[in-house]
Amino acid sequence: MTWSTVLADVLIGVGAGLILLAGVGVVRLPDVLTRANAATKATGLGLAAILGGVALAVGTTRAAVVLGLAVVIQLLTSPVSGHVIGRAAYRSGAPLWQETHTDDLGPHYRGGGPA
Amino acid sequence: MTVVDVALGAVAVAFLLALVRVLRGPTVADRAVAADVALYGVIGAIALLALRQEADQLLDVTLVATLLGFLATVALSLLVGRRGS
Repeated sequence: MTWSTVLADVLIGVGAGLILLAGVGVVRLPDVLTRANAATKATGLGLAAILGGVALAVGTTRAAVVLGLAVVIQLLTSPVSGHVIGRAAYRSGAPLWQETHTDDLGPHYRGGGPA
Repeated sequence: MTVVDVALGAVAVAFLLALVRVLRGPTVADRAVAADVALYGVIGAIALLALRQEADQLLDVTLVATLLGFLATVALSLLVGRRGS
């Protein structure tokens, strides 16, 4: 057990836990925006942690390059896709959680308060 | 290697949970978000399997799948927006 295998195990464990958290959040949260929030944050960091851990555990240069590129792409695209899907959902009139009490976009897109 | 096995199990559970949301809906955006989570679970599983089976070729799949997942999400969100307007 060197420090790199320990770190790889920790990263893989954290990443898998975050992805599991995303799955739980997608099922349990009340509306599409909160679900997208949970899914984007947890999968973005979770997948990056898993890929980093696998790269450390494999230990070859090729794995480090391929997985490092995948981590960078993941960290760049995950927030964008979360924003884009949330924006599309809001504009298409997806229902908000009934306890949502601030909806600053409502007057512009929905002609009123929280729908 | 036990950490890898536990992680594979956790990712599988996350995939099944996301599948529940894909089936339940209720809006297209919900399904898109859940399918996103399911895809990221699959990518994580592929990377873990590459480590477990010592199959380096599988690592390239994660790179391609990451890019494809982003494109799929953006395309789906365009579809969601168009249907709403």
